[in-house]
Amino acid sequence: MTFERVLIVAAVIFCIGLYGVITRKNAIVILMSLELMFNGVNISAVAMSRYILPASLVADTQTSSIEALQFLLTGHILSIFVITVAAAEVALGLAIIIAIYRSRENSDVTAINLLKY
Amino acid sequence: MTIESSLIVDVVFWIVSFVAIVSAVVVVQSKDLFKSALFLILSFFAIAALFVLLRAEFIAVVQVLIYVGAISVLIVFAILMTRDTQIANKPNKLKIPGLIIVGFILGTFFLSISGTYWVTLPENGPQNVENVFSNTTSWIGRMLLRDFVLAFEAASVLLLAAIIGALVIVRE
Repeated sequence: MTFERVLIVAAVIFCIGLYGVITRKNAIVILMSLELMFNGVNISAVAMSRYILPASLVADTQTSSIEALQFLLTGHILSIFVITVAAAEVALGLAIIIAIYRSRENSDVTAINLLKY
Repeated sequence: MTIESSLIVDVVFWIVSFVAIVSAVVVVQSKDLFKSALFLILSFFAIAALFVLLRAEFIAVVQVLIYVGAISVLIVFAILMTRDTQIANKPNKLKIPGLIIVGFILGTFFLSISGTYWVTLPENGPQNVENVFSNTTSWIGRMLLRDFVLAFEAASVLLLAAIIGALVIVRE
């Protein structure tokens, strides 16, 4: 388990999600693929945080000041905020899908063209 | 870290990433929407295990609580409210261009990951760094309420706005 392998797994999951977003018609599947993309980004953020030393610690690894040490976990903070925004996004997205389904009996994104003409 | 334990970590890493990638493919390719949602949950679990391997226990627990516990339930409810879920997952006309675009982006990722000289932390890092990673929750709490407190409060406002927005949108 090296850093490059973790990054490659994250990239593969991100690209599977991207493929789903591009090629699927159903809005719920597009939201699920979007969640996969978020997860790929989260994996790479956490892996960066685990394997890469921040610049403030590179010069002197024996320092134990809290200000220098806590920036080891910036990737964790980033992924927490990504998860928060993903939760808000999926709640709103599913609400919009249900509202559209109620009026059009359809959750196919290629058939939703109210604003087109 | 001894050789045996790192071998075990390697094997677990391969199993977990295999499960995550295969179930992600099933999510995208399966015809049945409900099957996609269940494999999405499996993928979330595998990614949570990957977080545990990366010494991010707090993120793993958050992943299980929010993704597996809340987001999947929301998605399953949305699927139950729509009809024809057995055949609902149809591709659009962009299959070939999508494959080309995704292949191009994935190739770029591979080239840039393998071509970069990463200065990584050794497996047995300095003692103070290891101390941080053996106790991530308190460090995350300290950072969230000190350096990132503005983003933390903004996230709570965002969640409130999302709740109100979702209620307004789905109201009859």
